[in-house]
Amino acid sequence: MTTDTPAIASAPGPGRARRVATWLHGRPRAQLRLLLAAPLLWLVVVYLGSLAILLLNAFWTSDPFTGKVNPFDGSLDAFVQIFNNDVYRTIAIRTIGMAILVTVTDALLAFPIAYYMARVASPRMRGILVVVVLMPLWASYLVKIFAWRTILQGNGVLSWVLTPFGITGPGTDDIASSWVVFSYLWLPYMILPIFAGLERVPSSLLEASADLGARAGTTFRRVVLPLVFPALVAGSIFTFSLTLGDYIVPDLVSDAKFIGNVIYDNSSLGDFPVAAAYSMLPIIIVVVYLIIARRLGAFDSL
Amino acid sequence: MVESRLVRIGLRLATWFILGFLYLPLIILGIMAFNESRFMAWPPPGFTLDWFGEALANPAIPQAFVNSILAALVAVAIALVLGTLAAMAVQRFDFFGRNSISFLLILPIALPGVITGIALSTTFQTFGIEFSLMTIIIGHATFCIVIAYNNVVARLRRLPRSPEEASADLGADTWITFRRITMPGMRTALLSGALLAFALSFDEVIVTLFTAGAGTQTIPVWILSAMQRPTELPVVNVVALVLVLFSVIPVYIAQRISGGEAAGTRV
Amino acid sequence: MLDEIGEGEGELNLVIWAGYAEDGSAYPEFDWVTPFEEETGCIVSSTPQADSAAGAQLLRSGEYDGGSFSGNATDRLMAAGDVAPVNVELLDNYANVFEGLKLQAHNSLDGVPYGVPHGRGPNLLVWNTDEVETQTTWDGIWENAGDYEGQLSIFDSQDFIADAALHLMATQPDLGVTNPYQLTQEQFDAAIALLEEQFSHGPQFWSGATFTEQITAFAAGDVTIGTTWQYQVNSLVLEGAAVEAIKPAEGTTGWSDTWMIASEAAHPNCMYMWMNHMMSAEANGQATVYFGEAPTSQEACDYAETIAAGHCEQTHATDEPYWEDIWYWSTAREDCADDDDATTCVDFDAWVEAWTTLRGG
Repeated sequence: MTTDTPAIASAPGPGRARRVATWLHGRPRAQLRLLLAAPLLWLVVVYLGSLAILLLNAFWTSDPFTGKVNPFDGSLDAFVQIFNNDVYRTIAIRTIGMAILVTVTDALLAFPIAYYMARVASPRMRGILVVVVLMPLWASYLVKIFAWRTILQGNGVLSWVLTPFGITGPGTDDIASSWVVFSYLWLPYMILPIFAGLERVPSSLLEASADLGARAGTTFRRVVLPLVFPALVAGSIFTFSLTLGDYIVPDLVSDAKFIGNVIYDNSSLGDFPVAAAYSMLPIIIVVVYLIIARRLGAFDSL
Repeated sequence: MVESRLVRIGLRLATWFILGFLYLPLIILGIMAFNESRFMAWPPPGFTLDWFGEALANPAIPQAFVNSILAALVAVAIALVLGTLAAMAVQRFDFFGRNSISFLLILPIALPGVITGIALSTTFQTFGIEFSLMTIIIGHATFCIVIAYNNVVARLRRLPRSPEEASADLGADTWITFRRITMPGMRTALLSGALLAFALSFDEVIVTLFTAGAGTQTIPVWILSAMQRPTELPVVNVVALVLVLFSVIPVYIAQRISGGEAAGTRV
Repeated sequence: MLDEIGEGEGELNLVIWAGYAEDGSAYPEFDWVTPFEEETGCIVSSTPQADSAAGAQLLRSGEYDGGSFSGNATDRLMAAGDVAPVNVELLDNYANVFEGLKLQAHNSLDGVPYGVPHGRGPNLLVWNTDEVETQTTWDGIWENAGDYEGQLSIFDSQDFIADAALHLMATQPDLGVTNPYQLTQEQFDAAIALLEEQFSHGPQFWSGATFTEQITAFAAGDVTIGTTWQYQVNSLVLEGAAVEAIKPAEGTTGWSDTWMIASEAAHPNCMYMWMNHMMSAEANGQATVYFGEAPTSQEACDYAETIAAGHCEQTHATDEPYWEDIWYWSTAREDCADDDDATTCVDFDAWVEAWTTLRGG
């Protein structure tokens, strides 16, 4: 105690730093503003600002020959083009469908292993399993896609396995391949939150449920699932949104076009109005999804 | 519910199966790095170490590696600072718009990378900002903030406030309290967040493609461009394998840090 | 436009067609970048373009000093002012270039040169000789596409619509297509219908950025017939694949590529030095042999002869009649790029959208 006081009294940076700190001491609002200033400035100015600039493009046109964008000419041409052409709707449905499919697939795959890790495995095994599940997350995303290409391509591993049975599997031009690769890529993102959520379910609840006469299936359905649901939703944020916007996986393992492809293709051809207009779709979808997810408690389970 | 033996066996089988699924492509990758065939024929006609030699001789690879590490380090530093500030604000104070902060922070990660990438790219071009490692870092820092934020918020929620109050009662000002009481308690959360953010930045490709200058390549950008050259495919395999092997290190570190917490990092 | 070439700025960023800036990392004997870097101190970094429109957009980003562009990018870039005229007096190798390549519509504006020629070539029909019988026309990928269900390899770009239009020139002459890039609505719709028919047979796609995929697909037997560049054919033959490629009887689309400099190039001196370098006998000779295109000067031809005998003949560098049924890539324009005010054609935006619809469906 006595040794501490002199240390505090002679804190480094006497003068200005101490004066600021003392001034802040009684002013929670000022502290708050100071804390929030930098992150908010960054996010609002840098991030939201650039988003706004992009979305402004949706209201401009581009010259068909030179391809240059005519800024500030205020038109809805890009939106008209998107609404008039069915293909944009087809692509949107295809992408959303794939996002849902991947989410469900990953949930189904993640649950058994997460449950095993959380409730069945010994503590030592659990630690090992966490490391084992985390490791593929660290392997590069592109590397994993690349590995899948070598598996799926003609004369690749998959056809080598299936040919003796006379079956042909999906190749690198099949939309089924993107389902497999997406599910693979985001699986650890689903396993971890579910695992954390299952860990938090107190054993006493499960025992109580058994004591009250519930069979395993009922306990699972009526006790475990509701408790783990927010974690499931948290995991789904990643599987859903990451699938929704990706364009590299469809490009590399299928020939199908997804929302991300339309945005990327149009921007690489210089057609920013259409790219920006179409971007509004995934933005709205993700924002709505996030709002629902937050309401379901997912943000606390991330 | 004490799981029945049947259920336990079933779960164990499922776990092995899913782990196999998770690791199969990585194992194939490992084999391919030694595959004699330049076009990744399977089964491998023969094995060779030639591709390792080619990888070592390629000057673009170490340059890309250095760029990736530099970008990740700086981006993570920025993200840690901004994320911690935001976390402390949200956790310690009650204010209007508090719930929106976490929403705002998660947007850069949740929105499609292609949108973030194009948005940043057109903004940089509009304001004549030259593309360089710095523009890459800006993009990376933006979506890494939420990682730091989540980890710190989770930790702050569990840290008791009494030591901080005691410190204030003893006459310590805000800075000292932060530095000597709060920070040590957050240290492992910061490290966990830093590790995960580092992985995210190191691995990111889509936003990077849009914010990198013509002459700057990170490892993922290099991989993507190399995948487009027919003769570079085997070298890509080698680089990929090396990356996977090196990723053991940070995971091991992450586990040592989190120690008792089984799910150490929070996504 | 430069008045004199000063000191190299130490850096050069190029938009290229894949294979146009080799530094020996693919094959040590094909390297025209390292000698350039050593001589001028300009370190080269290059980005391949998926197709011409993408290439034009890359240049427009301001990140590049110039690049190699085909006619359907050069016309747009020149019109938009994204590229600068070239002071050819400063380039001593320009004098050697074949006269027939100078001051063409695709590389000049109002009699002012806007770039230096790199090479030209046709888009070819390629097939796997083990699986597919010898072809002489384009029918294999149009009328007979059904024979190769799921095994077609098609260029992934709206520019490919011109190939469909070209086929119509031979098979539906009453449509009156005279230029596969300038189409009336009726001709355009017929071309799209032809493509829809082809797409129903599940083609696989490649582009200037993903041509590797075509090579691996052919090597693996995933695709057995399609359109290609000589570059891929060369790679496949080198790896021992059984393929053959021809310019079919109806003629084909093609390209004549030009090195151009960006108006706002950050490193103009290096770019000028590069342009001069790429017209030199060694550089142009190596580059055109590597890619499989026609060299641009007699000197380059002679040099090419030493690394690949007969190259100039095989690529028809001086055989002008060969190029008569090759339609260089051009941009579709609403005014049909002719002097006749009465005619209107489908514009490029419609081409892009039509391709998006075809690919996205």
